[in-house]
Amino acid sequence: MEATYLPNPNDSNATILLMGLRRGGKSSICKVVFHDMQPLDTLYLESTSKPTSEQFSSLIDLSLMEIPGQLNYFEPEYDSARIFQSVGALVYVIDSQDEYLNALTNLSMIIEFAYKVNPKIHIEVLIHKIDGLTEDYRIDAQRDIMQRTGDELLDLGLEGVQVSFYLTSIFDQSIYEAFSKIVQKLIPELPSLENMLDNLVQHLSIDKVFLFDVNSKLYVATDSSPVDIQTYEVCAEFIDITIDLDELYVDENGEQTNKEIKSISRLSNHSLLYLRQMIRGLALVALIRNDDENLNDMDSMLTVVNYNVNLFKQALMQMWQNSKFVKKTNDVNESLSVDRLH
Amino acid sequence: MSSRKKLLLMGRSGSGKSSMRSIIFLNYSAFDTRRLGATIDVEHSHLRFLGNMTLNLWDCGGQDVFMDNYFSSQKDHIFKMVQVLIHVFDVESKSIKKDMEIFVKSLTNLQKFSPDAKIFILLHKMDLVQIDKRDELFSMMMEKLQNISNPFQFKLVGFPTSIWDESLYKAWSQIVCSLIPNMNLFNNNLIKFNQILDAEEIILFEKTTFLVISSTSSIKQQKQPDLQDEETLDPKRFEKISNIIKTYKQSISKLRTNFHNLVIRGSNGTHFYIDILTDNLFIMIVLKDKQLTDSTYVSSHEELVVLENIKAARKWFEKIENGK
Repeated sequence: MEATYLPNPNDSNATILLMGLRRGGKSSICKVVFHDMQPLDTLYLESTSKPTSEQFSSLIDLSLMEIPGQLNYFEPEYDSARIFQSVGALVYVIDSQDEYLNALTNLSMIIEFAYKVNPKIHIEVLIHKIDGLTEDYRIDAQRDIMQRTGDELLDLGLEGVQVSFYLTSIFDQSIYEAFSKIVQKLIPELPSLENMLDNLVQHLSIDKVFLFDVNSKLYVATDSSPVDIQTYEVCAEFIDITIDLDELYVDENGEQTNKEIKSISRLSNHSLLYLRQMIRGLALVALIRNDDENLNDMDSMLTVVNYNVNLFKQALMQMWQNSKFVKKTNDVNESLSVDRLH
Repeated sequence: MSSRKKLLLMGRSGSGKSSMRSIIFLNYSAFDTRRLGATIDVEHSHLRFLGNMTLNLWDCGGQDVFMDNYFSSQKDHIFKMVQVLIHVFDVESKSIKKDMEIFVKSLTNLQKFSPDAKIFILLHKMDLVQIDKRDELFSMMMEKLQNISNPFQFKLVGFPTSIWDESLYKAWSQIVCSLIPNMNLFNNNLIKFNQILDAEEIILFEKTTFLVISSTSSIKQQKQPDLQDEETLDPKRFEKISNIIKTYKQSISKLRTNFHNLVIRGSNGTHFYIDILTDNLFIMIVLKDKQLTDSTYVSSHEELVVLENIKAARKWFEKIENGK
């Protein structure tokens, strides 16, 4: 898209604005999370010169705008007010390995401006590149940055502004975790989704269930038990493994039947990994605990799981039809969003 | 005992010998190998493979000091009773002449101490060469090496390898398979098993390394090899599967457990069953949807039937493994 691309303020608020000083790692984040790029390859990314915008249709139609770091946002040719009005979340990336005092001044300036035009905006700060810091130093850096931002905002008379902080790195899962949380804030149906998942957990012996976006491995929802990073990693990798194996035997000449992908793996400690394809490029992945060694019970349990997941899928479809986003996207071909699964 | 196999892993220092060994046998990821330091002298590892076979892998450190030792004072110790020599060449090496010299030296010693040894050449670090030049470079190198080894009457088998893709699994699969004595039995039984299941493909994997032991394509194809259905499938799929499942195993280990089986109902009517076959083998069965089984009732029961069949086949393969 050209530099003049501006989302319509009346559009959905599911736009994320990615900002930060130059060389903070914004483009790398985009590429790793949304384009499956290897973290090491991001070393060779060129510096971004124009604001870029990308569209992702997952459960919500998400778009991500990246503003180059060396840009002066308050030049008149950029209609900053309009940009800030139209976005749901502002993600500011701070390079934790660099001197971050400049970044903090820049951040508070942006927050002040953004908050004035759009008080509903979510402000998220990524304390990025923490892979290079030792464990103790990470906490110190976070505390320092939080403290200084708080002070700056206080000076500007903006103590009511909510700012969330995340420690991230593209070399581990923390960036996915942070982005999942950011995206979740933009989904208006989230409480009911979580409710539905909680229901599922209650009636089956599920340890943890995620609703994943298959392309990006971000989870759009999970049940209310705390997220254990290991379980998340295993579930995310389970999607990859299922799809990679499936793709090996896809017959290119054969007709596309496009059946729903389903994959079940039994582990030695009698638990199950369960994956079921949902609508709009989503997949449900669950870790199901089973203390009973009996194999027959396992099969009857699976039947119950299948039945319940079917109900969940139907509910999801219904919810989707009633959601406010669907009216605008009816004409968009749904297959766009699920192409990685097929 | 004849089931003990001695494998020599040789090559000049920095060519990636220990990295290979760690990835294939110690479940390292390619990334982890950066932590490995130089190997001092010879590092022995004893690996149980397929139950009664023991691989004695001699990872010979490649620095010149050690190398000189191997060819002088230790030569009868090193080169005696060798089944397999795996010689690793670094494609980026600056001193090819020296590489060749060492290769010739080890061939000379091998001919003297164990003339029946099999020789495998791995042209390693292929990922550093441009994609369009790889084939050319590989055939050039192999021709050169074959010429050198002609006077010693050894037949060379070569592979281009890299730790960053599945080529490493392909090479090691072939190396290890060349050591399995009852290979034909495995193959025959696998074909028999497929006649019962009518699967698209069945593959046998070794459990710890996930190297491919044996495979069979669908019965229809075996009867009409000219059908050329094979072309539509990825020729590198075996190695890719090894790689994928190994990744899966590693990821599962984060939950401090192992995986028992994996059943996938794919997008195009392909079903995958990966299950433990014996103590040392994993089996993977790929089934294509037959038009008949459209109702969900039948297909959900088909899963159980296939898993039962695998259980039934367990006995056969356990027998082969125990060598009875």
